[in-house]
Order: sequence, then C-alpha cells, then structure tokens
Amino acid sequence: MAEVLVLVELNPTGEGVRKTTLEALTAARALGEPSAVVVGGPGAAAAAKAQLAEYGAQKVYVAESEEVDQYLVAPKAEVLAQLVTEKSPAAVVIPSSPEGKEIAGRLAIKTGSGFLTDVTDIAPDGTATQVAFAGATIVHSKVTVGTPIYTVRGNSVTPEPAPGAAEEEQVAVALSDAARATRVVDRVVEQKSSRPELTEASIVVSGGRGVASAENFSIIEGLADSLGAAVGASRAAVDSGYYPHTFQVGQTGKTVSPQLYIAVGISGAIQHRAGMQTSKTIVAVNKDPEAPIFELADFGVVGDLNTVVPQATEAINARK
Amino acid sequence: MDIVVLVKQVPDSGSERNLDPADNTVARGSADNVVNEIDEYAIEEALQLKEAHGGEVTLLTVGPDSAADAIRKALSMGADRAVHVVDDAIHGACAPQTSAILAAALQQMSFDIVLCGAESTDGQLSVMPALLAERLGIPQLSGARKLTVEGGVARVERQTDGGYWALEAPLPAIVSTWDTINEPRYPSFKGIMAAKKKPVEKKSLADLGIDPSTVGLATATSQVLDFAGRPPKGAGVKVTDEGDGAAKLVDFLATQKIV
Repeated sequence: MAEVLVLVELNPTGEGVRKTTLEALTAARALGEPSAVVVGGPGAAAAAKAQLAEYGAQKVYVAESEEVDQYLVAPKAEVLAQLVTEKSPAAVVIPSSPEGKEIAGRLAIKTGSGFLTDVTDIAPDGTATQVAFAGATIVHSKVTVGTPIYTVRGNSVTPEPAPGAAEEEQVAVALSDAARATRVVDRVVEQKSSRPELTEASIVVSGGRGVASAENFSIIEGLADSLGAAVGASRAAVDSGYYPHTFQVGQTGKTVSPQLYIAVGISGAIQHRAGMQTSKTIVAVNKDPEAPIFELADFGVVGDLNTVVPQATEAINARK
Repeated sequence: MDIVVLVKQVPDSGSERNLDPADNTVARGSADNVVNEIDEYAIEEALQLKEAHGGEVTLLTVGPDSAADAIRKALSMGADRAVHVVDDAIHGACAPQTSAILAAALQQMSFDIVLCGAESTDGQLSVMPALLAERLGIPQLSGARKLTVEGGVARVERQTDGGYWALEAPLPAIVSTWDTINEPRYPSFKGIMAAKKKPVEKKSLADLGIDPSTVGLATATSQVLDFAGRPPKGAGVKVTDEGDGAAKLVDFLATQKIV
C-alpha cells in the first residue's frame, strides 16, 4: 500500500503530540498508510510514540538532533525533502499552523511539487476540500505536479484511533547551511492559560466591544469556564485593550471553526465573521437587534450581556 | 539601506468576493480592489526603517493592470518608487509560480531587506516569505510583531500563541509582519499628490527572463476543480431577554447536547 508521510506537531509542553497531528494522521489514511515523521530534539519520538501508534502510524521516522529546534522552519522542510526523495511517498500531510504551512511551501519548492493549505478533507483520489473567502466558498482542488503536499486545517477532521505498528526508523539529520539561516534564540511564553487553545477548542466564547472594559471580560471567562471553552476577542475589543491580541478572532487574528461559537457583545462585522463563520453552531448575545451577527446565529438573545451572560453561566453550572 | 516591500492588490473582503466560473481563478476585475490590509503594516515598517537608517523604499507588486491603483495608494504612504510586474501570461499562477516571478524580480533589484505582510486576505496561504526565502537562499523571519535591524542583523519577535519566538539572522533577509507590529500612517494630502509623480517601472515576464509557458493557469502546480457558494445558514431563532433570555439560551445549548 502507498506510504503517506505525516509530519508530527509536538506539544510545546513536551508531552505527546498536538491534536492536529491526530487529525492529520486520520486524514492521511484516505491516501495510504501513514508514516509519522518526528523532527525534533533528542527524545522527541519517545514522547510521541504511544499516541502515534494509537492513531494509525505504521512507521515512525525519527529525525532527532539538537540543531533542529535551533533554526526556524527550514530544518523540518529539509528532513521531509530528504524523506520524499528516499521513500517516494504518495503524499505528505502536515498539520496546518503558521509553521506547518511554511514547511509545506518550502518542501513544495524543494521537491518541485504543488501544495494545498488548510484542507478540511482529503479524498482517496487526492482531491482536497478547502474553504475560501473566509467561508463563503467551498472549493475542491488537486495538486497537478510532483508529490502532493497538504496541510490539514485544525478542527476539521475528527481524529479516529486505528491500530498502528509505529515501527521506528532512524533518520540521520545533517542540516545544510541554508537550513541554519534563521536562529531561534528564545521561545517566550507570555500567556499561560489553562483554557483550551482557540483553534483546537470545541467551544469558543468571544467578547466584543460591548463588553466595555478589560475587567468586565471576567464574565466572558466565567461563561467560557462553565463550558470548558476557549476565550476569544473581537478586534474592537483587542484594540480597546480589553483582551490580549493573542486571543483575537477575525481577519487579522485567528480563524476558528469550533462546534459552538458564542459571540457576546460582538456586532458581527466582516472583519470578525471572517474568523468564525464556519463554526458549526453560532450563538449571539447583543443589545442591538439589528446587529449583523444575528444573521449568522442559530440562536440569538437580544439583551444586556451584563445580565444574560452571568445568568447563563449560573444556569449552566447549576446543571452540572 | 535598500528596502523592498511586497504589496498585493486583493478584492476587498467587505465586498462580495468570487471565483470566476470561466476558469476558477480569483475574480480580480471588480472595482472593489484594495491594498492587502496587512501589507500596510509592512510598508509602515519599511518607512520607519528608512527613517532610522536612511536609504530607499521600493514597492514590488505582481498583478494585473488594475494593481496600479494599489501601488499608487502604497506610494502615497511615503515609499519612493515601485516595480509592477504585469503580464497576461501570469493569470492563474499558483503560489510557487508567483514566488518564482517575485524572486526573479528581486534578483534584478538590490536589497538589504524585503518586507511583506504575513498573510493576504484572498488566498490566505501565508507562505510567500517562506517560498521566497527558499528560492533566494536568504533567511526568513516571518510573523513579526517587532523588528529591529542593527549592524547588518535582523532581530524579530515572531508572534506565537501566547508569546513569541526571538529570531535572529544576518541581512539580506525577508521579514513578514502581522498587524501587531506598528500603526500604519495615513497618507497625507502631500503624500497623495507626490505619489502621482513617483516612478513605477513596469516589467513583463520577458524582462525577468521567465518563459511564459512555465507560469499561469495551464501549468499551475495545483488547480481548483470546482467550487460552490457555501449553503446559507437557515434563519436562526432570536429571542428578546425579558428576564428569561439566559434560561432560553441554556435550553438551546441543551438541545445541542452541550450542557
């Protein structure tokens, strides 16, 4: 059966892999037998192996070296290019992330292939589904040359366990000078959150300008916590200083597609909609009955968020 | 310092955006075209570098004739000149092909640093800086929320979830910026008038030494097979809070098996 390389995205905490890797492994099965590729520091594969086996990796290529994490993007692209040349896989599947897409692009140039980013589905004949124009248009695309490379959008494919042999094969890492062009001098965490990450969460509660202050964002957090959700913010809220930019959802922030998106005090301008309109279920709370967000919402409450949101939080917590 | 800024004209995301059913490419002919929003931040960063280090800011665009509008708007912010690569044969080019065209154009220019926006609102691939770094053999410092250049070295804070990575590389390099990096200046009236006189050099594929048969729709490395508008959401339920809005909201969540 054809082999499909799947690049593993390790958890920054060092424990296991990100959910996006399990999604990529699942998607890759449409095209052949997935072989996971771990490119990381020494010991990276050991931390990932159990999950990779649980989600169908028949092989695990282990490309470990101190250097790999010291340089930006290019080392992973180089290792993958080496594997593409040696193993002639049917395809390469990479979890979508800023780094994942850059790796895919560089790999495409190295191997003379086409690539498709943010695919939500891959069919057995290689056709991929993508969403264009912030969700307005659904597109089917195909790579026409070389070894097809796909990056899989987070939260689009449901990870399905499958038995995998996860047989390890060591890959020697010998980085070229070109791969060592940009040094990663430091990785700084400024915001530690115990809440789920925005693009991985199945529920997102977002606050907009209507929340009116940074202090008042605590009611958004309260609702999010009652649902085990991630917290997001509209651009207007971020620009007003109510919440950090890292939580911004929208055209110049993150694009999310959770099961449930609750928009609180958000008018629903295109800038924001671009980041969330493909969410499966959308709920809105806004005091303005004409707010455009209601056009998108499956359920809307016209009312004062300062009353509605804490009441909802209390009701949800009472049901537990 | 020789600074080049990549600028892209894109359909306005506030207007209706379409693929052209004749060949499944992005419809760029509409009147509602704008400078890609995040490119303004790259232009601003370039102007600030020029103010700090001296030198010139040249804009570079690949686009149809209509992209001239985007170029003039970008020039009115204060850039010095522009290069506009325009050729009918480019129509339908994929990202790798576009990067080959941009790389060829850059190789005809002298630059210490190339700046660009981290993502365009039409394609949203967010990969051009990586593709160009690969083609030109220069470092990529992408996703910057902060840039400093000192002693021929570029240092960038690359935006991540909840923090940043500190990156460092020698020039020449390519840096892409997010909207957290600065506040773009509004063009002054003087700037708008001056932009009309700034030189815009047009280049064709032949000027770049690129064989037209290697770019464009027919030879693109990926293609759109078909597309359809997303089915519109059916009208949802809207209630007005009369003391029971929250209860109804939670009931709705229960029907969705969320609570």
